[in-house]
Amino acid sequence: MGLDGMEIIAIAVVIGLFVFVLKQFGVWELVSLEDSCDSDLELSMVRHQPEGLDQLQAQTQFTRKELQSLYRGFKNECPSGLVDEETFKSIYSQFFPQGDATTYAHFLFNAFDMDRSGSIRFEDFVIGLSVLLRGSVTEKLRWAFNLYDINKDGYITKEEMMAIMTSIYDMMGRYTLPTVRDDSPFQHVEKFFQKMDRNRDGVVTIDEFIETCQKDENIMASMQLFENVI
Amino acid sequence: MATGVAAWLPFARAAAIGWMPVANCPMPVAPRDNSKRQDELIILNVSGRRFQTWRTTLDRYPDTLLGSSEKDFFYNDESKEYFFDRDPDAFRSILNFYRTGKLHYPRHECISAYDEELTFFGIIPEIIGDCCYEEYKDRKRENLERLQDDQEEHKDQKLPNMNFRQTMWRAFENPHTSTMALVFYYVTGFFIAISVITNVVETVPCGSTANQKDMPCGERYTVAFFCMDTACVMIFTVEYLLRLFAAPSRYRFMRSVMSIIDVVAILPYYIGLVMTNNEDVSGAFVTLRVFRVFRIFKFSRHSQGLRILGYTLKSCASELGFLLFSLTMAIIIFATVMFYAEKGSSSSKFTSIPASFWYTIVTMTTLGYGDMVPKTIAGKIFGSICSLSGVLVIALPVPVIVSNFSRIYHQNQRADKRRAQKKARLARIRISKSSGTNAFIQSKRNGPLNELLELTDKEEDEQKLMRSISLLESQHHHLLHCLEKTTAHEFVDEQLYQQNCLETALQAYPSRSPSVSSHESSVHTCCCRRVKRNTPLPNASLASAHQSSLQELSAIHIQCHDPLSHTASRSNLNLKTDNRSRINCKSGRITTAIISLPAPPALSPDGDGLHGPMQRRPPPPPSHPTTPSIPTTTSSAGTNIVKVSAL
Repeated sequence: MGLDGMEIIAIAVVIGLFVFVLKQFGVWELVSLEDSCDSDLELSMVRHQPEGLDQLQAQTQFTRKELQSLYRGFKNECPSGLVDEETFKSIYSQFFPQGDATTYAHFLFNAFDMDRSGSIRFEDFVIGLSVLLRGSVTEKLRWAFNLYDINKDGYITKEEMMAIMTSIYDMMGRYTLPTVRDDSPFQHVEKFFQKMDRNRDGVVTIDEFIETCQKDENIMASMQLFENVI
Repeated sequence: MATGVAAWLPFARAAAIGWMPVANCPMPVAPRDNSKRQDELIILNVSGRRFQTWRTTLDRYPDTLLGSSEKDFFYNDESKEYFFDRDPDAFRSILNFYRTGKLHYPRHECISAYDEELTFFGIIPEIIGDCCYEEYKDRKRENLERLQDDQEEHKDQKLPNMNFRQTMWRAFENPHTSTMALVFYYVTGFFIAISVITNVVETVPCGSTANQKDMPCGERYTVAFFCMDTACVMIFTVEYLLRLFAAPSRYRFMRSVMSIIDVVAILPYYIGLVMTNNEDVSGAFVTLRVFRVFRIFKFSRHSQGLRILGYTLKSCASELGFLLFSLTMAIIIFATVMFYAEKGSSSSKFTSIPASFWYTIVTMTTLGYGDMVPKTIAGKIFGSICSLSGVLVIALPVPVIVSNFSRIYHQNQRADKRRAQKKARLARIRISKSSGTNAFIQSKRNGPLNELLELTDKEEDEQKLMRSISLLESQHHHLLHCLEKTTAHEFVDEQLYQQNCLETALQAYPSRSPSVSSHESSVHTCCCRRVKRNTPLPNASLASAHQSSLQELSAIHIQCHDPLSHTASRSNLNLKTDNRSRINCKSGRITTAIISLPAPPALSPDGDGLHGPMQRRPPPPPSHPTTPSIPTTTSSAGTNIVKVSAL
């Protein structure tokens, strides 16, 4: 008698079970042994040790004790010695719960990460802080210019400024008074360019920037605001 | 803002310089940090183990003890460290919380000890990290259950003012409360058993009579069984009605499972009574008799194990549901497969898929009746797979149910064990406590002696040392004494009190105090109380009572005036009057040797410090019989009490 449909299926099922049992006994390995190695790769994480205390002291304006205290805080938060962008964004966002600080954090990250390595090391961190807290006004203004200049080409274009401005307004969130209108960033950028762009060429150079800021009393006063943060 | 990120705040503030050039208005002034100081190491000495950390680490969480100025209370100036008299092991995890921002729960710690530590240091337990939170919550729940069990016992205390209805309800719920309840319990149990047995025996063939074939007993002895049934139903009905009457919330009672079972158990009988014996409904009537078997569930009131089983099944409802669902799925699948596999063979019993259900169920539960067997090869292959998988599917949820049952059962066992142990524990605690109170009472008696000795004979240190009480004890006693004075009541020995209350009825004292007032009740209580003082007091039953041996010392006796005379009418103040009388008695206990106490206390309320207890007496001049509490009877416990002054 010929095999009919059900019997074929039955025999197929039996063979399948047989194979399954064989696999369990390790007699027949259809999958290579490499699977087990995957997990080992995860172990070695990137770690970074900073330069010595003396070099950092030479590079920055902080005292030894301040550097020690800064490093302890830094290392506590990031035991591996490196801050990647995601961690940085999440940390920074916690200070601005109402709005979305991720874009601005991205720009900030790039401003600190001077060698574009994708992660902030302690040296970047402390050098940036040194400029912001202990540097001269010119240095601070340079730093701010560097922040606004997204592609680091030495010119702030309207688009770059627009991006920065939008990200700053994003941090405000929705619940503000008066409400942030859609063109508020644009208006702000216009005002900025009117003030800064002397030669009306559509871009702001570093010299225009510094010169304009030095003439503005408000800006000069506010630059001194965070002198004693550390 | 998460406190862990507080370390980055200076950075965020510094980065704010980036906003300055684009700002159009002036910035607000920054807050000044006046307490600018270099970060320093703080030493935390916890029971001798020194922990050191930076000050800023602790400052991260300013709403806890260590992070706020509250720790200044623990600052030790000489050693320049913060000293905490707590458990150093638990402190480790608390300090790690400051360091890492995550609070971990060490598994070997007792949950309540750990909770206390957390509360002390001002940390809320909800901060416990995810890794340890489940464990913490589980342990906490277990602990709560344990505590709840203990508290539930107090429900059984008899409240003084329970009306009849409440008493009855309590008797129903807990048969051990009174003999009547126990009797009722056993009677109902007996009748349930009788009823069930009757139902069963009713159907047994009883042997044939001459003209008929084998009849079940029920039809043969119809009257007897009917009477039995009636009796049982009577009892059950009465029981149900009584429960309904006694229930605190009738509506809730009627909705409860047990009452529904009760109703279902007795309803068939009444329906049978009502229905006539015509043919068409008798079929339905017969069906109703099936429900009589539900009477067996009434046993669950009598058996705790049965209740636990029911409770377990209820709590495992989800596992049972899963079991049922997976079984159903498997049954349908295999029934279909078997049907199509056996379709070809002739004279196959697998006539339809529903018909195959029976085979599948029987096979999967490994019963294998053998009334339906596959004949084709494919059918046999699939049949064997079916039986193998049946074992698996059934075996999976069963351990869950079993473990649930085991947990609940053991919990109950633990509760019972605890209840039994509790009595022994309480007895031991009572003994140790009473020895403490006894010490107080002893010292009260000896106190005046000590003070006197101090006053008179300072050089005789050895005498003082004879009754040396520690400073702590003496301060405690002083405190209790102050309380006595405040409330104008006294502490007494429990046994003596009870003992004497019994004795008072038996004793009779001839002597009569000069100022005996015929206030029997007051005297009675007075004596009753006084008896505790180790002096068998005259029996209050005698109006004239007591004064007993006081006669001898009458010269020096202080007349205890009993204010009770005025309060005799207030019978429910017996207790108070007791105490007051006692106080009177107390003052009356004076030995000749030491001091002669002046006027009766009532008259000189506060004249001298020797009449302490009198001070609080209410104004009305007492005219009470002297309370003969004088230790004329040194017989009393052999304590030769010298009571110089009550204060």
